[in-house]
Amino acid sequence: MIGAGHAGLAVSRFLGGAGIDHLVLERGEVGNSWRRERWDSLRLLTPNWLTRLPDHPYQGPDPDGYLSAHEVADFIGGFAAASRAPVRTGTEVTSVRAAAADGQGHGHGHDGYLVRTDQGEIRARCVVIASGACNVPVVPGFKDALPDSIRELTPFDYTGPAALPEGGVLVVGGSATGVQLAAELRRSGRPVVLSTGEHVRLPRTYRGRDVLWWMQASGVWDQRHDEVDDLERARALPSPQLVGTPERSTLDLNALIELGVEPVGRWAAVRDGRALFSGGLRNVCSLADLKMERLLDTFDEWARKYADDDLTDEPQRFAPTRVPASARLQLDLRGGEIQTVVWATGFRPDYRWLDVPVLDAKGRLRHVGGVVTDSPGLYAVGLPVLRRRKSTFIHGAEDDAREVVEHLTGYLAGRH
Amino acid sequence: MTTVTNGVNVQALLDAREVLKGAPEAAQFTWRASSTWRDGVHSTTTVRDFFGLGEERSHKTESVFEADHPEVFAAEDNGITPIEYLLVGLASCLTAGVASVAQNRGIQLRSVQSTVQGRHDIRGILGADSDVRNGFNDIKVTFTIDADASPQEIEALVAQSQKRSAVFDALTNPTDVTVEVA
Ligand SMILES: Cc1cc2nc3c(=O)[nH]c(=O)nc-3n(C[C@H](O)[C@H](O)[C@H](O)COP(=O)(O)OP(=O)(O)OC[C@H]3O[C@@H](n4cnc5c(N)ncnc54)[C@H](O)[C@@H]3O)c2cc1C
Repeated sequence: MIGAGHAGLAVSRFLGGAGIDHLVLERGEVGNSWRRERWDSLRLLTPNWLTRLPDHPYQGPDPDGYLSAHEVADFIGGFAAASRAPVRTGTEVTSVRAAAADGQGHGHGHDGYLVRTDQGEIRARCVVIASGACNVPVVPGFKDALPDSIRELTPFDYTGPAALPEGGVLVVGGSATGVQLAAELRRSGRPVVLSTGEHVRLPRTYRGRDVLWWMQASGVWDQRHDEVDDLERARALPSPQLVGTPERSTLDLNALIELGVEPVGRWAAVRDGRALFSGGLRNVCSLADLKMERLLDTFDEWARKYADDDLTDEPQRFAPTRVPASARLQLDLRGGEIQTVVWATGFRPDYRWLDVPVLDAKGRLRHVGGVVTDSPGLYAVGLPVLRRRKSTFIHGAEDDAREVVEHLTGYLAGRH
Repeated sequence: MTTVTNGVNVQALLDAREVLKGAPEAAQFTWRASSTWRDGVHSTTTVRDFFGLGEERSHKTESVFEADHPEVFAAEDNGITPIEYLLVGLASCLTAGVASVAQNRGIQLRSVQSTVQGRHDIRGILGADSDVRNGFNDIKVTFTIDADASPQEIEALVAQSQKRSAVFDALTNPTDVTVEVA
């Protein structure tokens, strides 16, 4: 196992249950990404009642609340301890390669894997990649054309508003990270411009319940990778515009506009020190409005068929996004209006240590439901829509881990 | 399921998408136009050949486009103004998108009409005010669609056609343009 995040530990739990000898290698500490790679104010956007790992539900006093990053790390630490996971912390994997099979020609078949770490070498029959889907912030290529006077931050560098210079901030990206940071920076008194392309709009609560209750109850989240219409698109979907706060308030573009955040289109290029934004803001907003409505229709249909009448309030519909009559198409980055750019433009995994040719042209791992079919004995967990829509979420790890371990035990027993 | 006939061969497009996923070189097209100055601000542009799927290709026939300016610009009005060609491109691209998406979603279209309006402050091109841009201030497209679909589905058709439109993208996002003397 590479990585002691919740996904790797969930796999470890099932491996232990199946009596399979294994090790979990972790470069930092258990739940490292929640300790090192999250900003100060971050809370989960998934509510506590959803926060559960195999045989390890949240058991605190506030099922409707949202854990802070440190609480998540502690929750994962508690799970590791309860499962007696064989974790080796402070052990960074530097290379994984196929071990040549004795008596066979080059490139044909292999006998497990050679795992090199900064603490020595390990031979393994199987390797499960659980090193996370969000190891490196993704930043657009035109970043280099920004004037030197602009301070740039990724979500990994960002701690909170206090660490930023005074003055305006351009937040780039309309997913959960972007809307959360835009709101926080605006509340700190700074002028904030939010550049957004396609995004996923959701209300925090719907018909009196957390919108994620609906995702769960209606079965949308359980939709499997082999049932999804366009798997590639589903895997590239940005995170929804949600934030976990005690007030359970919605944080869509309308809420941000209310706060005084100025929305602009997708940032397309830098020319002569000016940021150029797409004129397609209206369309990405109507796409988001329409997709939200379709999802709410799905919920309503589910409720009509399956929910008790007293289970939920009446159906609701939300006002369309109030796109500004004329959103700005360009912004002079040398004019002083913007001091800081925050790149909330997504994350990607880091596979630099993976010396097995299983990445596609875009650097993504080729796998079918977490089984790396091109290299028998190699598995992955924790990637977007690995086996289900809920795959990357904490509560989504259990079903995926169980099934991946089923495949793995079958492989070890010589069944595939 | 009833068969929808919007005349778009969606299967061919979906097949092409699958094939080109694994063959990005073949997906590289070059579109071309050649223009000749006539007189005044009148020019004639022809379009016939293009490159795509790895080889030189041609349209079935050559198309000829006259561009000029209207008489209020003290011109001969031998054809539409160049900027109006952008409206032609946008309308036809979005309309093609609506038909394709409808076909793909099993929506039968009966009629698709649109009007495109580009607002233009000509003080920009005249150099009368340096704060006014040369191009459109904004563009508005209004679709009237009669189809076997709910208003919401029609909204979604139109939104999706913008998402997949080459001309919408070319107009809403900057493009690197090189103009040189041969
Ligand atoms: C900003 C943000 C907010 C999120 N909010 C939520 C939320 O509200 N609710 C929710 O359910 N999910 C949320 N997620 C998604 C998901 O739960 C997290 O990304 C989670 O951290 C993924 O768990 P993981 O175990 O797959 O990976 P990680 O937690 O990233 O764990 C991978 C581990 O592998 C280790 N590692 C990596 N490379 C190596 C190596 N070469 N050698 C050894 N060890 C290595 C890392 O140190 C890390 O500890 C969020 C994600 C992000 C980025």
